[in-house]
This record gives sequence, structure tokens and C-alpha cells, in this order.
Amino acid sequence: MARSMAMAGNIAAAYSTKQINPHVVAAYPITPQTTMMEKFSEYVANGEVDTELICVESEHSAMSACVGAAAAGGRVITSTAANGLALMFEIVYIAASNRLPIIMCVMNRALSAPINIHGDHSDSMGCRDSGWIQIYNENAQEVYDTMFMGVRIGEHKDVRLPVMVNLDGFITSHKIEKVDTLEDAEVRKFIGEYEPFYPLLDIENPVTYGPLDLTDYYFEHKRQQVEAMEKALPVVKKISKEYSNYTGRNYDILESYHLDDADCAIVTMSSTAGTTKFVVDKMRSEGKKVGMLKVRLFRPFPVEEIRECLSGLKSVAVLDRSASFGGFGGPLFNEIRNAMYDVDGKPSIVNYIFGLGGRDISAVQIEGVYDRLMTAQAKMPGDVHYIGVRGD
Amino acid sequence: MDQEKTWKEIPWGGLILDAGNAQEYHTGDWRTERPVHIMENCKHCMYCWICCPDSAVIVKDKKMVGVDFDFCKGCGICMKVCPFDAIKMVVEGEEGD
Repeated sequence: MARSMAMAGNIAAAYSTKQINPHVVAAYPITPQTTMMEKFSEYVANGEVDTELICVESEHSAMSACVGAAAAGGRVITSTAANGLALMFEIVYIAASNRLPIIMCVMNRALSAPINIHGDHSDSMGCRDSGWIQIYNENAQEVYDTMFMGVRIGEHKDVRLPVMVNLDGFITSHKIEKVDTLEDAEVRKFIGEYEPFYPLLDIENPVTYGPLDLTDYYFEHKRQQVEAMEKALPVVKKISKEYSNYTGRNYDILESYHLDDADCAIVTMSSTAGTTKFVVDKMRSEGKKVGMLKVRLFRPFPVEEIRECLSGLKSVAVLDRSASFGGFGGPLFNEIRNAMYDVDGKPSIVNYIFGLGGRDISAVQIEGVYDRLMTAQAKMPGDVHYIGVRGD
Repeated sequence: MDQEKTWKEIPWGGLILDAGNAQEYHTGDWRTERPVHIMENCKHCMYCWICCPDSAVIVKDKKMVGVDFDFCKGCGICMKVCPFDAIKMVVEGEEGD
């Protein structure tokens, strides 16, 4: 029987990895990911998994070992954060380009310098063009469930891409919450047996990975990756629905909260969506027509679905937990306003950058954003604003 | 090599699925110098055949009979290793054999 357990996000990630029982895990410790790998190492030491755990000398090696193991034909999981992800960067692209369905938990953390161990999205946003599917999770329950969905999504025959399972460093990775779990057998039934494509260990059918690919064919292989991402979108939807039916816990690529009759809305991701829901509840009880859209799936970016959700609103604030230096607003804002550009009667859309280096965002601050959206009537002055930075 | 295939017709990730297809790729195109076999010096010791990185030394009836210029890149290893001065390198287009 499925049990409810008290788990931090990292433990939920470790426990789901144990239940997946992957062939290979290769990882290097980095705050705030460390406790996940500590817990998983314990499962390995206790003989609770069959996994070959490779303790490497760096994150660059961790992802390299994952690429090798996945190309060999294994189901592979890793985990990192911030500077670790930055050190992996070269091989992150190679994993996606070789179409290897590796699962990587990223406990989102600020990039140096100055050095900071707390949560923001600058690490994974740096990888947004790397060809990985990216799913941003609000809490430990979502992390736990997304690991299983991620396995199915990445391994789907139309997709064959790696999946990044993102959670907010410390806020989600270290906060203990109630998590409803599945039995091992239920997990096994949902994820199924892994069927590798073109495994290197199939010596009857030898293949070459990573050959030279110059002006004559490289572009065609990149075009294939574009196609794989396009095909991933309906697959993520389908598998989310299947998992929802399997567990009774509802998942989709987006989560809309009181959007139907809302005048204005906040769009955001990860743990901040939880705080925003609390504010929406409070303001709704005061009769204010506010709503929220949580973006779970950032890559591939669900353009049509976003349009459906945000059409009809008067004004929208997009809350980005990372800055794009020299860019026109944060990465989520870029995508959202671009998606809405051709929509007739589109809402006015502004950007708020918040929470860099783990700076708290409070319910009062989020309510302040809604207040400004409601009082501005038409377009709010300015495009890019900041929440919670001294001096604005 | 067929250069006309679209992205819909090729294996993903640049994977090469058919073993040994290097045979279809004529690396001889790269050559600037060419080995010339001097038959009267040759003892058919097969040292060039062992050392050639492109398997471009042609052997018939246990005798070294020439070089496959579809694959010889002109690296000169055969000339370097030959104990009997039975191979010399000439610049392509400058001297016949």
C-alpha cells in the first residue's frame, strides 16, 4: 500500500531514484544537491538497489560517465546544482545531441560570483538551449512524481531526450513535506522495462556515437533535435495524464489557478507558485479577480497552451527567478510575451525579477504586484521591474 | 558519400549504424604526397601492410603489389618503416612512378 512519508525534496528525489533502480548513477556532490546523493549512496551501501554508483572527480566527469552509460544502453540518473551544472555544460549538450534519455535533478542555485549557495534559476536557465526537457517543480511531491514521469517522457520513442527535473535549492530541496509515495511494484509497472535504442553493448549491431559531423550534415542533426522537442510536448501531456489517472494526483504541463474569470494574473515557476496560490486565496476571499499560471514545462515551451490560458486577461506579471544580463527581461518573460505577441486583445505583460541568490519573496510582495496590476487598468509603465532588491 | 539526404532520412545524433562504412569514405582525397613502390627493392616483409593506418597496402598472393589510392592519405608511415628503401614519397602531380 502506498504510504505518506515526511521527506525533504532531496530525499524525495533519492527515494524515487531508488524506486526507479537505474543501471547507473554518476554524480559529484554540490550544495544543495548533496543530501540527495548521500541518501542514494546509503541505498547502494545497504544493497537496496542494483545501481552501479560511480563516484567521479567532477561534474564534467559525472555527465561524461552518464553519457557513456546511457550510450551503452543503461537507464541513467544524475543530479547537480549551480556551479556543478556550469562545469557540466559541455557534456549537457552532448547528452541531448546524442539523444540519451538521462534524468538529472537540478537543485536550482545561484551561480557565482559572489559565491552563494541559495536558490535561483540562473543555473538551469543557462541550459535552456541545450536540448534538455526542463520541468520545474513546486514541492517535494512534484519532484517525486516528476522523476517517474521524466523516465517515461525521456525514453519515449518519439522523444529520446534527457530530462532535467528542477527544484528550488534549499526552499524545496531541504524543506520537509508530506509526500505520498507509490509501492516499488507500482513504480516498476508505470516506468516499465528500459528498451535502449542503439546500445553500444549490443555487439551484434555495432554503432558509432559522436563522429565528426561538419557542414554537410550537422544542421540536419540539429533540425532533428528541434523536431524531437516538438514531439515531446504531446508526449509530456499524455504521460502526465496517464500518471494522473494512475495515482489520482493531477499533473499537466501548466497549472492554472483561478484563471477562468480573472482580470489579472501572475505567471511563475517552482516554489514561488505555492506562495502565489496563498496570495490568490486571500485576495479571492476579498472579492478580487486574480489568478495564477504555473509553468511546469519550460522546455519544450508550450506556446499554444500559454495563449489559451492568458487570453482574456487584462494584465499579467511574469515573475522570473533569474536575470538575463543585457537581455529584455528574464527568460520566462521573454517566452511569455513572445508567445502572446500575435494574440488579439492580448493582456499587457510586465516582468518582475525576484529572489536572486535565494532572497525571500513574501506574500506581501506578491500581493503588491497584484495591487499594481489591478490599479494600472491598461498597460503598466515600464517593462522590467524588481522585487525585493534594495534601491529598486 | 550521399550528401543529399534530408534530416528525416538519417539516424539521429549522427549515429553510424552500419559497421565498416568507412569504406565508402575515400580518404585518399586528402593526399598531397604519394608513396611510390620500388619493386626491385621490396622483400615483401609486409611491414608496410602492418603499419598502414588506412589498410591501403594491397597484397596479392603474399606479395606487396601496390597502394589503394582511394584510401591512402599519403602519411608516409610506409616509407618511414620500410627497412629496404622500397617506398619513396613524391609530391602529387610532380613525378610519375
